[in-house]
Amino acid sequence: MPRDTRSRRSRGWGNAITGYFERHAQTLVSSLGRLLSMPLATFLTMAVIGAALAIPGCIYVLVQNARSVSVAYTDALDLSVYLKAGASESQAHALSHQIGLRTDVASVRVVSASEGLKQFREWSGMGVALDALKDNPLPHAIIVKPRASQADPSVMLDVMQRELMAMPGVDQVSMDAAWVHRFLALLDALSRTLRILAILLAVAVLVVVGNTIRLDIDVRRPEIEVTKLVGGSDAFVRRPFLYGGLWYGLGGGLIAYAVVSAFILGLSGPIDRVAAAYGSHFVLHNLQGGAVLTLLLGGALLGWLGAYLSATWQLAQIEPSSEK
Amino acid sequence: MIRFERVAKRYPNGREALVDLSLTVSAGEMVFLTGHSGAGKSTVLKLIALIDRATRGQVEVAGQSLAKLKRHQIPAYRQQIGIIFQDHKLLYDRPVWDNVALPLIISGVARKEMDKRVRSALDQVGLAGHEHNLPLELSTGEQQRVGIARAVVGKPPLLIADEPTGNLDPDLALDIMQLFKRFNAVGVTVVIASHDLHLIDQVGGRRIALASGRLAATDTTHTSPLSTPSIYAS
Ligand SMILES: Nc1ncnc2c1ncn2[C@@H]1O[C@H](COP(=O)(O)OP(=O)(O)OP(=O)(O)O)[C@@H](O)[C@H]1O
Ligand SMILES: [Mg+2]
Repeated sequence: MPRDTRSRRSRGWGNAITGYFERHAQTLVSSLGRLLSMPLATFLTMAVIGAALAIPGCIYVLVQNARSVSVAYTDALDLSVYLKAGASESQAHALSHQIGLRTDVASVRVVSASEGLKQFREWSGMGVALDALKDNPLPHAIIVKPRASQADPSVMLDVMQRELMAMPGVDQVSMDAAWVHRFLALLDALSRTLRILAILLAVAVLVVVGNTIRLDIDVRRPEIEVTKLVGGSDAFVRRPFLYGGLWYGLGGGLIAYAVVSAFILGLSGPIDRVAAAYGSHFVLHNLQGGAVLTLLLGGALLGWLGAYLSATWQLAQIEPSSEK
Repeated sequence: MIRFERVAKRYPNGREALVDLSLTVSAGEMVFLTGHSGAGKSTVLKLIALIDRATRGQVEVAGQSLAKLKRHQIPAYRQQIGIIFQDHKLLYDRPVWDNVALPLIISGVARKEMDKRVRSALDQVGLAGHEHNLPLELSTGEQQRVGIARAVVGKPPLLIADEPTGNLDPDLALDIMQLFKRFNAVGVTVVIASHDLHLIDQVGGRRIALASGRLAATDTTHTSPLSTPSIYAS
């Protein structure tokens, strides 16, 4: 007998849970059906959301691509440490050993004055003129290759440059490609801007969805009143609107992904032509898996949240009262 | 089941719809609220359904003081009451089945059970086979019965109806009243506001006569010898 009761009760729970999912699944589908029954209005709302999401999406994809380019140029981040004139080659080796101990240094190499002159001779083609020199005017130099680090490279290099400069016997520290340095700083500023922009546009999405849901609730006011009259709670009445917001956001995310893809496609031709002019080849990469997922889920979440805020506020105002 | 204790209702426009009204309806009773237009019949039902709240006095339904019910408790409370409106208040953009199923969807009844109960409710009001019709494809009387099916599908212990036969022809009106009588026969408490005394005479049941927001001192209308003689509320 007790077993019978228990099994009946557990069947009851099973039913309740099935019922719960059934209801949500049904609302999910029916709210989509409702949106599709007014395709133009739905598409326009999704397009606005898509545009708002596509702007940070495009900037993000540009920054990512630019980063990958600059990574290819990390060689150019090497620092050249020039010793004071009159320093001996053994002093250069001692100093280079000392620099090599730094944790932020990947490798060091001494370029002696004579070696430097030889390189310069080959590179400049001024062999005869240089032969006329009695003394080698070049100092000994140490080429320092920084270790790749998670930290902001432009800051890191600045610090390293200052510290190397302060070492005894060092005359000058030059960064071979200051432009890479500046470029990375620029990218950094850009991705900061991107974050702010993304927040602003997320707020815009909330407003767009919220307003769409507000209008939708206005249209469905009689239905909402009736539902409340027969015992529908705020949460019950709100549910289809939340799913509506979810669909708007997801649709907006998909449109944004399409826009970013089109942007990449449209840009890759010209960029590759520029690269080809420099005898190189460059492929623009589209958003990767994680970023795509962020775009779609982020869109859906924003849509849901916009609907939640709007519907919660609106529905509390709709009470079936005769006192209006 | 229902107890009004010195209830007053004043609408925001200053109109005193109920003045010091006390009445009782016991569980299992079938009661008619009668009275002229503006007497306060609808107001009594609105207070029971918590569509409006009393200005003064106590309204108790099923042992629960309605003044103490918080906003978030209202939905669960309303699920215990079947409400029938004169203007049906159906959802016209969806078929009969969806309209009748609404209270079951709200209370989360599983689909199979829901189907069974909707069919049985439609069967009871004589609308079997109209599941897929839109309300506007039905006559006024049929729409009214959809409203009744929706009110009874959740098997509430209390049914309240405001002029449920308002604009129906007499035969149809009697049909609808007989329907209420049948629900009452299985234990449902029924409160109906109606000014159709002739019809009430035909159906039979206790009457509570209102006049200007009070119990009427005397029933101004004749009582058929067949109907229950108790005219006044206890
Ligand atoms: N929402 C409202 N705002 C202001 N006054 C109202 C409101 N509802 C009803 N009243 C007033 O309260 C009084 C009682 O109205 P109620 O609707 O209860 O009457 P009734 O007995 O149902 O009349 P009828 O038979 O015409 O339906 C009337 O004088 C009416 O004008
Ligand atoms: Mg009325």
